[in-house]
Amino acid sequence: MAFWIIQTLNGLSFSMLLFLIAAGFTLIFGLMKIINIAHGSFYLLSAYIGLTILRTTDSFLLAVVTSSVAAFVVGVAMQSLFLRRFYMKELQQVLLTFGFVLIIADLCLWVWGGNPMALPKPSLFRGSIWIGNVVFPSYRLLVILVGVIIAVGLWIFQEKTKFGAIVRAGVDDEEMLRGSGINIQRVFAGVFGLGALLAGIGGIIGGPIVGVFPGADLSMLLLALVVVIIGGIGSLKGAFVGSLFVGLVDNFGKALFPELSMFTLFAPMAIVLAIRPTGIFGKMEE
Amino acid sequence: MRTITSLKGTSFSILLLAALIIVFLPFLVSSYYVGLAIQVFIFTIFAMSLDILVGHTGLPSMGHAAYFGVAAYATGFLCLAGIKNFWVGVILGMGSGGLTAALFGLLAIRAHGPYFMLITLALSQVLWGIAFKWRSLTKGDDGLPGIGRPEIGMGIDLKPDLYFYYFTFAIFLIVLVALFVLLNSPFGYTLRGIRESESRMKALGYNVGLYKYLAFVFAGVFAGTSGVLWVYYCGFVNPSNLGVDQSVKGLLMLILGGSGSFFGPGIGAGIIVLLENIVSGLTERWSLILGIIYVIVIMFFSEGLSSIVKRGH
Repeated sequence: MAFWIIQTLNGLSFSMLLFLIAAGFTLIFGLMKIINIAHGSFYLLSAYIGLTILRTTDSFLLAVVTSSVAAFVVGVAMQSLFLRRFYMKELQQVLLTFGFVLIIADLCLWVWGGNPMALPKPSLFRGSIWIGNVVFPSYRLLVILVGVIIAVGLWIFQEKTKFGAIVRAGVDDEEMLRGSGINIQRVFAGVFGLGALLAGIGGIIGGPIVGVFPGADLSMLLLALVVVIIGGIGSLKGAFVGSLFVGLVDNFGKALFPELSMFTLFAPMAIVLAIRPTGIFGKMEE
Repeated sequence: MRTITSLKGTSFSILLLAALIIVFLPFLVSSYYVGLAIQVFIFTIFAMSLDILVGHTGLPSMGHAAYFGVAAYATGFLCLAGIKNFWVGVILGMGSGGLTAALFGLLAIRAHGPYFMLITLALSQVLWGIAFKWRSLTKGDDGLPGIGRPEIGMGIDLKPDLYFYYFTFAIFLIVLVALFVLLNSPFGYTLRGIRESESRMKALGYNVGLYKYLAFVFAGVFAGTSGVLWVYYCGFVNPSNLGVDQSVKGLLMLILGGSGSFFGPGIGAGIIVLLENIVSGLTERWSLILGIIYVIVIMFFSEGLSSIVKRGH
């Protein structure tokens, strides 16, 4: 019994981390149809910046704020200085984001070296908590809590605020939105920044669990891709359900069938694609 | 409408000149450049195979390295198991590339535009993930070293780069002719029809899905061929041969050279291979420089170099 509780909680904390990354990816794709290959690079950059701040100041909150703001700034710059010029030219946009993958990965390698590193946990959450008769690290519970709070926050943002309504309108009919006098470039930059911010929070929150290492960018991108394909691209609900699914399957797969764990990602994705090509919550293509 | 140029007039004389240069190249330059030329041949095959999808059918595949890499790994395993016969290797490589494409095609071909890109990217990245993590089989990030040159019998030794150069050139010519015939057949015209207007081709009674699927599989087979040559050439395969870096490299070659044209893939492959080798020889930060070059290429040359020439006229 203890095994199932611990593995479920482990899986859930990983799911919430995946949600932070996949939610940004899906928001960006939903509005702008950009496949942002550099999405994992925001994770990488933010985790490394957080590491440096934690080493010098030991303040986790400061690290979260600084590194996610850094990711936001880089994201806004990428959209408004580069990607903006290639609106609806998907191929050019994808290749451009890949250029940024190379640049950010090599800069990080230059500054922080090639050894895998783990971020220290915030001092309040270094211990463990008893749940019934099971001991569980409190930091992972914090990750679950943060993930749920951000998911609810995003839902409120998208459904209840004016900016959220603008974004939803842009997803449905971007031309109409332009016609009604909205500065679409500002909306695009804002959403791209928000996506980068979410991945950045993922980097600093996930750093103590997953760690940060060269290649973490593409590993995180892969997980985000699987999540959005299973959940349905462009849908926050899909990203949430997909994250729960992938996080739990991946975790139990590793624990129960370690030699098959490579295929625990591929098999569900292939099955979803075969049965419902647009994912569980994806809209049918027009 | 862009079509494959028929080989007349200037095109023919350019081809003849290129053939002469290629045949005598090893006597004109040092062995380093012979190695580079081998790489250009291999990546031209790769870029041409990708161009079946991108330029001729209008399918922007983001995961084309999957078939290159699967073939390279399959041939690598075969070679490390002691079977060095080229023909066994190339049939296995083309077969595994084609089979992977046949499987991925079933999942991807129904999607359009950015969704197609997303799915092909995800499928190839899953293979990358498997190669990266399955250390007991693939040695993970370190890759499989020590894969030797193949044996083709007939008393020819492919170990020196000089002989391998002519060998690669011969295979390249075979692929070139095969692709030329394929793309100038009714099949090729149908693909370009689908590129121009899928709905019209449907209305004309073509089985569009089947044509797209076949193009996908053909592209996988030819990408597999380039993967086999690559692993025999450099004796090494690692997960990046399967992943997004390699797929993007192929797309950049097409963007630079111009997709859907006869010389485009070769021009693009030549430029990218040269750039990579020059930059990586100059500095340890070559990955950073390449990233910057990629961004510059997209920002300023994304209509292809040929478009700049055209603008000049």
